[in-house]
Amino acid sequence: MSVYSLIFQPFAEYGFMRRALVASVCLGIGAGPVGVLLMLRRMSLVGDAMSHAVLPGAAIGFLIAGNLSLLAMGLGGLVAGLSVALLAGLVSRTTTLREDASFASFYLTSLALGVLIVSLRGSNIDLLHILFGTILAIDAQALVLVGTISSVTLVLLALVYRPLVAECFDPGFLRAVGGRGSLYHGLFLFLVVLNLVAGFQALGTLMAVGLMMLPAAIAQLWARSLPAMFAIATGAAALSGFVGLLLSYHLRFASGPTIILTASALYAVSLLTCPSGVLRRLLKRPHLAG
Amino acid sequence: MTSAAIRFQDVTVAYDRHPALHHLTGSFDPGSLTAIAGPNGAGKSTLLRALMGELAPVTGRIERGGLALRDLGYLPQAAAIERGFPITVADTVILGGWRRIGSFRGVTRALRRRAAEALEAVGLEGFDARPVSALSAGQFQRVLFARLLVQDAPVIVLDEPFTAIDARTTRDLLDIVTRWHGEGRTVIAVLHDFDQVRAHFPQTLLLARDLIGWGPTRDTLTPANLRRARAMAEAWDESAAICDIPPETRS
Repeated sequence: MSVYSLIFQPFAEYGFMRRALVASVCLGIGAGPVGVLLMLRRMSLVGDAMSHAVLPGAAIGFLIAGNLSLLAMGLGGLVAGLSVALLAGLVSRTTTLREDASFASFYLTSLALGVLIVSLRGSNIDLLHILFGTILAIDAQALVLVGTISSVTLVLLALVYRPLVAECFDPGFLRAVGGRGSLYHGLFLFLVVLNLVAGFQALGTLMAVGLMMLPAAIAQLWARSLPAMFAIATGAAALSGFVGLLLSYHLRFASGPTIILTASALYAVSLLTCPSGVLRRLLKRPHLAG
Repeated sequence: MTSAAIRFQDVTVAYDRHPALHHLTGSFDPGSLTAIAGPNGAGKSTLLRALMGELAPVTGRIERGGLALRDLGYLPQAAAIERGFPITVADTVILGGWRRIGSFRGVTRALRRRAAEALEAVGLEGFDARPVSALSAGQFQRVLFARLLVQDAPVIVLDEPFTAIDARTTRDLLDIVTRWHGEGRTVIAVLHDFDQVRAHFPQTLLLARDLIGWGPTRDTLTPANLRRARAMAEAWDESAAICDIPPETRS
């Protein structure tokens, strides 16, 4: 088996492999930085909750348009995710429940509702596709959607970078100088939902958050500045997509889980080898003089 | 620098209807340097948070002498700052220029220079590129003071700025407070250390939920006043009756 047939042939020969690769690189470009910010805001679990919240909307899109129409399901997912984000924010501001608690109750409701709606008309196979995605079935139209979402994400992040950083680092200060923190918080949640919708096309509602959080965790282990974290998260997500697709092709594994597990493997290696990792602690280097 | 006094008019702030600050009336003169002192639970932080618009009074009014909230430089007690966030010391200090650059305008060279000067003033030259996560508590407090310097606010509000800070840093930062006073800014600081207050703060507001004394430090921190302040019950009276003090009668 040559290097060519191992690494390049699958992509050269099969259009669905190429589209899957482009989709996972695009996902990494958008979801990587969003995941880093999500993690720095200590909202990792909120990302998880949001990915479930997308489900009932996607299910309704499926009911209306049928046939697993990605556009209808994406749109439905966007509306559902944003509604849950808004409702959870509203609840945490008007009651004593903290934001993560209110997110938890909303996403459980959403998950149950979504599964119920799909089971009204679809088969178990449909449900599996929605929950776990079909990255190899991504068509040109879905690819455009995913690409558009990552482009919009990058532009918006560049525009609101400063207030987002300020709000995350010191929300009290931003409030005191009259910055509109909650506006940017809302905009950020919008970006989270948007990227989860993109991810759900490829990896399904349950694993979409995987390409967001695992690369973010890897980036945090390696980098100390925010731009470097963004770059590493993006790279790690793209690499997971590339290696994961190859592994799934050669070993005949399901592609979505293989991509996520590749990211997990990268994370495990990082845990061992990163500057604060186990190996560095074993291989002690003498300290400096000053 | 300030045009008018910051005036509290019969201000009561309550949590769950129990007052934390009770019928406070008085004013901070422009350019004054005032320490707020009192036992735990006396309403010191509550007073500052009401001044900063974070808490709404249940009675009374606060006039900020024609200043907007954003004109007040505020350093809260143990601010909810994400110390592990990957941001450099220089970027943190530059945030002090928010009123000029806002969310979208570019950081000018002048602002960069101001930030560098502020870092020098707090004794942290050469720390620009360090991540804030690598700083000690004292160094971090110096960074926050540098940010206040860049903020250039006519009124500066500090909530226990020297708690858990080493003696050397406290001395340096007190010098900056004195410098602000010399520049004509109004400075209001919650402090615990009475010796510090006596040495550096001409005015004192002694609080024990109710106002005990407000004026020149020597006349306020008297043994009799301190005894009265200490006598304040820290716990709420769960069966307290409704306060029947008519508005606008206490001074």
